[in-house]
Amino acid sequence: MHWWLPPKASTFTGPIDGLFLAILIITGIAFVLVEVGLIWFIVQYRQRPGRKAFYTHGNTRAEVIWTAIPAVTMVALGLISNHYWVEIKGRNSIPANAYPIGVHAKQFEWQMTYPGADGKLGTGDDFTIRNQLHVPVGRPIVVQLSAEDVIHSFYVPQFRVRQDVVPGMDIKAWFQATVPGTYEIGCSQLCGLGHYRMRAQVFVHTQEDYDAWMKQAAQEASQ
Amino acid sequence: MTSVAATAHGAHAHHDDRSFVQKYIFSTDHKIIGIQFLFVSLFFLLVGGLLAMQMRWQLGFPGKPMPGGGVLPETMAPGGVILPEYYIQLVTMHGTFMVFFAIMPLLVGVFANFLIPLKIGTHDMAFPRINMWSFWTFFIGGLVMLSSLFVPDGAARAGWTMYAPLSARHDYSGASLGQELWSVSIIFVGLSSILGSLNYITTIINNRAPGMTWFRMPLSVWSLFITAILGLLALPVLSGAAIMLLFDQIIGTHFFDPAAGGQALLWQHLFWFFGHPEVYILILPAMGMVSDIIANGSRKPIFGYHSMVFAIVAIAFLGWIVWGHHMFVSGMNPTLGSSFMVSTLVIAVPSAVKTFNWMGTMWRGNLRFHVPMLHAVAFVAMFVIGGLSGIFMAATPVDMFIHDTYFIVAHLHYVLFGGSLFALFGAITYWYPKMFGRMMSEPWGKVHFWLTFLFYNCTFFPMHITGMAGEMRRLYDPNQYTFLQPLQPIRVFISISAFLLFATQVIFFVNFWWSLWKGKQAPQNPWEDNGLEWSLPSPAPHGNWEKVPTVYRGPYEFSSPQSTEDYLPQYKKLPTDREPARAPVAGH
Ligand code: HEM
Ligand SMILES: [Cu+2]
Ligand SMILES: [Cu+2]
Repeated sequence: MHWWLPPKASTFTGPIDGLFLAILIITGIAFVLVEVGLIWFIVQYRQRPGRKAFYTHGNTRAEVIWTAIPAVTMVALGLISNHYWVEIKGRNSIPANAYPIGVHAKQFEWQMTYPGADGKLGTGDDFTIRNQLHVPVGRPIVVQLSAEDVIHSFYVPQFRVRQDVVPGMDIKAWFQATVPGTYEIGCSQLCGLGHYRMRAQVFVHTQEDYDAWMKQAAQEASQ
Repeated sequence: MTSVAATAHGAHAHHDDRSFVQKYIFSTDHKIIGIQFLFVSLFFLLVGGLLAMQMRWQLGFPGKPMPGGGVLPETMAPGGVILPEYYIQLVTMHGTFMVFFAIMPLLVGVFANFLIPLKIGTHDMAFPRINMWSFWTFFIGGLVMLSSLFVPDGAARAGWTMYAPLSARHDYSGASLGQELWSVSIIFVGLSSILGSLNYITTIINNRAPGMTWFRMPLSVWSLFITAILGLLALPVLSGAAIMLLFDQIIGTHFFDPAAGGQALLWQHLFWFFGHPEVYILILPAMGMVSDIIANGSRKPIFGYHSMVFAIVAIAFLGWIVWGHHMFVSGMNPTLGSSFMVSTLVIAVPSAVKTFNWMGTMWRGNLRFHVPMLHAVAFVAMFVIGGLSGIFMAATPVDMFIHDTYFIVAHLHYVLFGGSLFALFGAITYWYPKMFGRMMSEPWGKVHFWLTFLFYNCTFFPMHITGMAGEMRRLYDPNQYTFLQPLQPIRVFISISAFLLFATQVIFFVNFWWSLWKGKQAPQNPWEDNGLEWSLPSPAPHGNWEKVPTVYRGPYEFSSPQSTEDYLPQYKKLPTDREPARAPVAGH
């Protein structure tokens, strides 16, 4: 069984898992404070004969403190999160040397278009494969997402990457895999009755393996 | 002690010559309308629950015939085995019934109607006939939605959020009439809420009893007032969007269909512009009623009454500028994501203030754990978990990972079930005597509370864990994915807990119905509370007061040194009290 985030396999896992942990600690403190406080009060101040409650309408100092602390924490969290957000999803976040792959979603499959030997999409040597995303390790990849019919969502949990795929929009998302292996792409936006089986695989290869695979796949595609 | 056990409506001097139909069906009495909402929305709560049980069967025991599933037609569950197309109808209709036909009418339809005139001291709503229509439009909307479960190709299938273009084109969803009925029904719901909201706002502004200044209003009334403003502004947007969707579905306008020049994200912006204020419509009244109950149970004034009011106002205001947090990965401009993140994080602050003030209210109190108080304290304990999980999702990079997973499902159930529904169980128990003149059973109420608290947490807490592991929402069979297969034992655990949670609700329903006939006669002021409604006999008579009471103080004067008892009603005149400046309005 699994009690934590999925294994880490992209460069995003560092900042995202770190942020997750930081928020878990902050909220964990708040959680313990409130729940322990509640239980303490429940026991300590339960009704007993002859007692009267302490008559008060509040305390401005206490209220200022417990407004200010969350406010400062939230603003700080916003600033830190935004720093990573801009790196991950910002409008200029996609590295210039990112390797392009076209991903086209339709009810209920994924079509991956590879750039072929020239490394560019939209040229004559492109070829398309269903439900298999092959990428080289250690190199930024930009997936160019398009949808045929309804909204789908491109999601690879081990990469912590997710981007909706919207009909009528061309959306780019990038990531960089760090560990060779096989992973799964899930559709994470309800897209119809076959939503649950709209699954594909990601194969992360070393650069040599990738080049070899590319040669062979291009050959097979041209036959 | 003023415990007058008045039982019949006849205790009132108004001569009541309304026919049965005028009295109980096409009634314009705010209390009867509230009770009508109560019965109908409790029924829909049951429907929503039954749909959830079927989902949990499929997730816990995928592909196995569901006990009793044999009664379902071939198109839904042949041999009792749920089909994928039926599963997504279950997902869609569960969310739709719970949000629009259970929680929202229970909070607003029932309690805005029942409580506002009683708590501000007036005879009825400002527009009683509009009020009646607010119920009947809701009822028609509910019937339309219910009927969509029985049409040939089934109910709507695009989730309660109804994302286009899946919802807009029948060839995408595979359902036609069901999708259209959803849109029609939502238009009725919108109309109902708009009519109701108009009424609540007008009544609170104009019809307060002498001495009932703004800052002497109970927090329940404040929160219902602000909720009504949200409803008045948000529901027209939903209705407009639903009309556009209906046009797409039946006359091919293609507003939301990119294949013909429409825009997919337009729906999401419209829906969430309504949808986020909507989630506050679903929590603010609960917060208000919990505040009343906690002050009563603690026998202490609300800690920081004014900041509680400002927090409600702040939440309602900020609630308009956070809708984009549902769309961080939708393809929306990521820079907008940054600003929606900041506003969302800021909205956690007034939520925190409210939580600390509830705790402040309990601090050094003299806590009475009657059934409503148990639910109110559980509300605080559970709402905190939902509010804190909201922070994970507000942080955009983290949301990129957990969006549309079970983490979201956990969050929304911690705020809506742990929050709103617990508050509702408490509120129903609390005001039941004023509605029906009888008390619900205390021991059975406690049994129901503890079992619900236990099974509720067993059901929803583990969803945080499956969500963290990446399990997507709305999957018919997660085992399609290798990385989700090891989580099956957790899903089985959740399903079994959910069945037990559902079974526990039988206790509540039986207690509710049984007490209607056999419950203990309610005294006038069973909880020793300060609100104006407790100056009336139980049940409160038609027209409420002969002559409306005068208000001398705020609603939370518990354990005041001015009184030997530990409560001091708003309507009780002490020798030191002066008459309010405004002349009392004579009874009519
Ligand atoms: C501290 C306060 C809160 C914060 C920071 C917060 C934050 C969020 C965020 C960021 C999302 C979107 C997550 C995603 O889809 O990726 C969300 C979803 C949701 N929230 Fe909250 N929330 C808060 C309180 C509430 C309350 C009080 C309610 C209702 C009573 C509520 C109900 C919901 C619902 C129903 C959804 C899911 C909608 C859907 O996709 O079906 N939230 N919340
Ligand atoms: Cu899909
Ligand atoms: Cu929201």
